[in-house]
Amino acid sequence: MKSITEIQEKIIDDFNMFEDWMQKYEYLIELGKELPVLEKKNKKDENLIKGCQSRVWLHAEKVDDKIKYSADSDAIMTKGIIALLVGVLSNQEPSEIMKAKLSFIDEIGIKDQLSLTRANGLVSMIKQMKIYALALNNENEN
Amino acid sequence: MLDIKKIRSKFPILHREVNGEKLIYFDNGATTQKPKSVIDAISNYYKDENSNVHRGVHFLSGLATDKFEQTRTAVKDFIGAQHNHEIIFTKGATDSINLVANGYSFLLKKGDEVIISELEHHSNIVPWQICCNNSGATLKVIPLLENGELDMISFEELISKKTKIVAVSHISNTLGTINQVEKIIKKSHEMGAKVLIDGAQATTHLNLNMIQLKADFYVFSGHKMYGPTGVGILYGNENALNLLPVYQSGGEMIKDVSFSGTTYAPLPHKFEAGTPNIAGVIALKAAIDFVLELGVENILVHERKLLKYATDEILKIDGLKIYGTSKNKTGIISFNIEGIHHYDIGVIIDKLGVAIRTGHHCTQPIMERYRIPGTARISFAIYNTTQEIDICIDAIKKAKNMLS
Repeated sequence: MKSITEIQEKIIDDFNMFEDWMQKYEYLIELGKELPVLEKKNKKDENLIKGCQSRVWLHAEKVDDKIKYSADSDAIMTKGIIALLVGVLSNQEPSEIMKAKLSFIDEIGIKDQLSLTRANGLVSMIKQMKIYALALNNENEN
Repeated sequence: MLDIKKIRSKFPILHREVNGEKLIYFDNGATTQKPKSVIDAISNYYKDENSNVHRGVHFLSGLATDKFEQTRTAVKDFIGAQHNHEIIFTKGATDSINLVANGYSFLLKKGDEVIISELEHHSNIVPWQICCNNSGATLKVIPLLENGELDMISFEELISKKTKIVAVSHISNTLGTINQVEKIIKKSHEMGAKVLIDGAQATTHLNLNMIQLKADFYVFSGHKMYGPTGVGILYGNENALNLLPVYQSGGEMIKDVSFSGTTYAPLPHKFEAGTPNIAGVIALKAAIDFVLELGVENILVHERKLLKYATDEILKIDGLKIYGTSKNKTGIISFNIEGIHHYDIGVIIDKLGVAIRTGHHCTQPIMERYRIPGTARISFAIYNTTQEIDICIDAIKKAKNMLS
């Protein structure tokens, strides 16, 4: 299994190949489409992350001491971003997730363009992923 | 015929680029851009005229006060009101509604009713919910028809002698519908109810005359009519305003203060506590002058042309649906494309230089009515052109291709 840092480096390399924003967006749309479907029972209101522009559902579970995330959004661009986040943090150990610095978001040059910080609650999305990791980790210790 | 090229030259921001593309600004329902005369008025005030109003004995204070009061006269004339003291300066339309709704929370009691409509902006819903919670009055809602018009038959059924105030928008910010406010005002007055009209989307898009319209309260924002942000107007007819208790208190709004009791200043100062947004108020006159020079009638003709052209062209896109199809509407087009989220359209066409609004537009009840999470919205102003519409529609088509 690759580390969080290694996966991020791979994403940055992938994005460096694109010549313009349109290719980046098309790639994000592809990623969005390929994101594994969130099981219907997990697409519930309790799993919603409140964003201003599009709805995001996030589910987490612990499998073999690692956190497995699944997610969905009604906007495809948002789904593309989620796919990146899930790709980086899913199947990692809770302690690694909690201390992860997600530098790839700044480096691939999509953050400003998508104004995700406010519009789509990218920050809340990452925060929620870390909270799940913390909660599921504690569950085990208790 | 207006010379749109010449008009555009007066707006510095229209000459900038966004994401390497020429800016096409179609988010005028949220706020319009400002002509140089308005920007200069703000800057000149601070460079040359800055002083507090209504209190100094010195030259500059007199100058600032004169200019401040000139705007009040300009607003009065612009909306065809009778008296200067019926024009209250506020922070914006939202602030104006809060002033009235807060006052009504003291005037209403259990058994009284307030009527609003399903197509209101949140700022004409939430203050009335709070007003009803505080006073014990009941909130009633005029439903929306499929085409985006208010169900006037339901309105006739809802209104009664129990109704004390009716608050509806002149034009829907999401659907563009021009509501039948004349009918609503007439019927409400027959029942003895007062009427507040939210005119945030109407100023500069319709000719206004308060004496003819007979609304008790009419509210709007400076920034949606080429003026600065942070300035709004509450028009109220003298009697209606005098019935309202004071809202915010402090300096300026008093007549005499002592610990045995304080008396309040007469209108309009009773409702203008504290140092106002002097620069903003003064610059609002520059915005009004800009509009008057063009003529509201001429603006209307141009925006109607844009609406017709854009509606015809945009409907050629497969799977596109417009929300708000009343024949009586202004330059606002809210739409969705089948199978595509409005947010995705918005971010992609932004990269192509086109600024539109996406989301629920602070009108969640409308979204619930149509069972959609939001829409993409194009809204026009005087500086927009049919060429810009062509580029916008091409951008939407490109987005659709990328997303399908």
